[in-house]
Amino acid sequence: MIKRIWATFFARSLEFLRDRSTLGWNFILPVALVFGLAFVFSGSGQPLFKVGVIADTLTAEAKPDKNLHPFLQMEHVEFYKVPVGEVETAVRKVGRHQVDMLLDLRAGQMHYWVNSDSQKGYFLEKLLLGGGGSALVRQSVQGEEIRYVDWVVPGILGMNLMFSCLFGVGFVIVRYRKSGYLKRLNATPLSATEFLLAQVFSRLLLVICVTSIVFVGTNLFMHFTMEGSYLNLLLVLFVGAFCLIALSLVVAARVSSEELAGGLLNLLTWPMMVLSGVWFSMEGTNPVMQWLSQLSPLTHMLTAARAIMLDGAGLADISGQLLILVGMSAVFLLIGAATFKWTAE
Amino acid sequence: MTTPILEVCHLHKHYPGVKAVDGVDFAVRQGICFGLLGPNGAGKTTTIEMMEGIIKPTSGDILYKGEAQGARFRNEAGIQFQSTSLQDFLTVRENLKFFSSLYPNGLPLDELVDICRLREYLDRDASKLSGGQRQRMLLALALVNDPDVVFLDEPTTGLDPQARLNFWELVNSIKARNKTVLLTTHYMEEAYNLCDEIAIMDHGKIIAHGSPDELLATHFQDVVIELPQRDFPDAAKNIPHRYLDKVTGTVEIITQDVNETLAQLIQHGASLAGLQVRPRTLEDLFLELTGKELRA
Repeated sequence: MIKRIWATFFARSLEFLRDRSTLGWNFILPVALVFGLAFVFSGSGQPLFKVGVIADTLTAEAKPDKNLHPFLQMEHVEFYKVPVGEVETAVRKVGRHQVDMLLDLRAGQMHYWVNSDSQKGYFLEKLLLGGGGSALVRQSVQGEEIRYVDWVVPGILGMNLMFSCLFGVGFVIVRYRKSGYLKRLNATPLSATEFLLAQVFSRLLLVICVTSIVFVGTNLFMHFTMEGSYLNLLLVLFVGAFCLIALSLVVAARVSSEELAGGLLNLLTWPMMVLSGVWFSMEGTNPVMQWLSQLSPLTHMLTAARAIMLDGAGLADISGQLLILVGMSAVFLLIGAATFKWTAE
Repeated sequence: MTTPILEVCHLHKHYPGVKAVDGVDFAVRQGICFGLLGPNGAGKTTTIEMMEGIIKPTSGDILYKGEAQGARFRNEAGIQFQSTSLQDFLTVRENLKFFSSLYPNGLPLDELVDICRLREYLDRDASKLSGGQRQRMLLALALVNDPDVVFLDEPTTGLDPQARLNFWELVNSIKARNKTVLLTTHYMEEAYNLCDEIAIMDHGKIIAHGSPDELLATHFQDVVIELPQRDFPDAAKNIPHRYLDKVTGTVEIITQDVNETLAQLIQHGASLAGLQVRPRTLEDLFLELTGKELRA
């Protein structure tokens, strides 16, 4: 069994490595995106003020009620609800310049947190104090700014990994089926499980190598914030990629039309790209969108990666995300193996 | 009596609205080349793919060495499909090594390369081989496990005459190693030259079965006289005949008494310069049994 998996793994990896155009594209796209976004956002960062609010009263859209304080009626400021259990995280984000201000408007609290080093925090504080309403007690937070590129780099690499895993495995298996190559393999002692495991391991090794090289290479120039362990980050990459490859097997299990496979893969990848927090945080978005985002493996992978890189989270902190990814992988693999068929009959 | 290497019993394969295979029975003896012939859509590829274990029968049994097909069959069968696609960017050597790794036992690579005459193409990208070279490589893939039974589904379709003759030699060399070959082909000459036994299928059933010579002897006691239309005078038209090819203008006369027919032709002033007398062939039998209408 091991001999057959190894042979299939080796043949597939060789095929990928010799396909220079595909290999090149796997490197060029993420590098171009990282440098491109770093250039675009190298100025003053995101233009919008972002303020977290801890409040007892919420609107129907789960937004803080504007009547709680006159400051909440301010234009051009995005106010979003912070759950009581996440106050500590929100304060840390103020310190990281990811959130410009945090207000606690619960009865008996009436605090605000602002980063003394933040320009946006400075202006927001002036607006808050000059706008009337109940007096709030100032809480100062300090910390280095997290550049947008630090925040977005796990998203870009994750997105590239998602496309590589889903299209690189799903599309290839469908092509193999359509061309009759799977039928030929079916005439050998190779089992479906052996074949699928070989495809998973081959792509896993390739995406981990490619992603690691791109990360290390761009880090030489961009010097990303890295508060946690590289080993933990590698583990998240491994588990996340495994889960995405397993998802591709579900799509590729029976389909024999490349057009249909392309459509199905796009149907999966585009919502994941929008809802998983690749380009912007899902905080403050519609609760339904936030709930949907939890269905995406990419969300859990990016949350864990950002927690490690930006907040220095350890394994215990990201164990929830890792467990979800492992669970999803198991479900996807079972469905993929159970429904797999060799021929286009 | 020796157990046949393959036995097909009451085999059926039904698709919605179509009986692709409709109650087929036959047995294949060890060491022979067995030909499965039939027009397009006759059910021969469906039959052979059920025997290969690629598709499941609706009903019926297929026995390999007296047992139901299983892991043993997978390990001891070699298969060359009608059309096979391989992975891109792999050389002939890499393809052979890969397929060889999938089996517990097999032929040494050197021996395989010599049998299939692939030595000078070993390091060539498999997608850049010519038609004949590619078929030889696919045959090599079917032989990597040193199989007891080899399935060849229309292996010479699209090959030029030299490549086809070369392939026949390879098939004969496989037979010489006491391997059983199961062949489907559209070329009756190929079936006649290679097969010890043939079964002709049509509409999902076997309509004739035996050795090529036995079948010809059973169905024909006559010979064919062919002569150009220009040499066939109007006066001779009372001799039963048919126009074989109106474009080239060939007339075919089927007779059990050649001397008598030739005498009649001479008597009516026919020129014998372009005349040919030939025995009935497998192609004649095939057309006789399956009809001459065009099949999809």
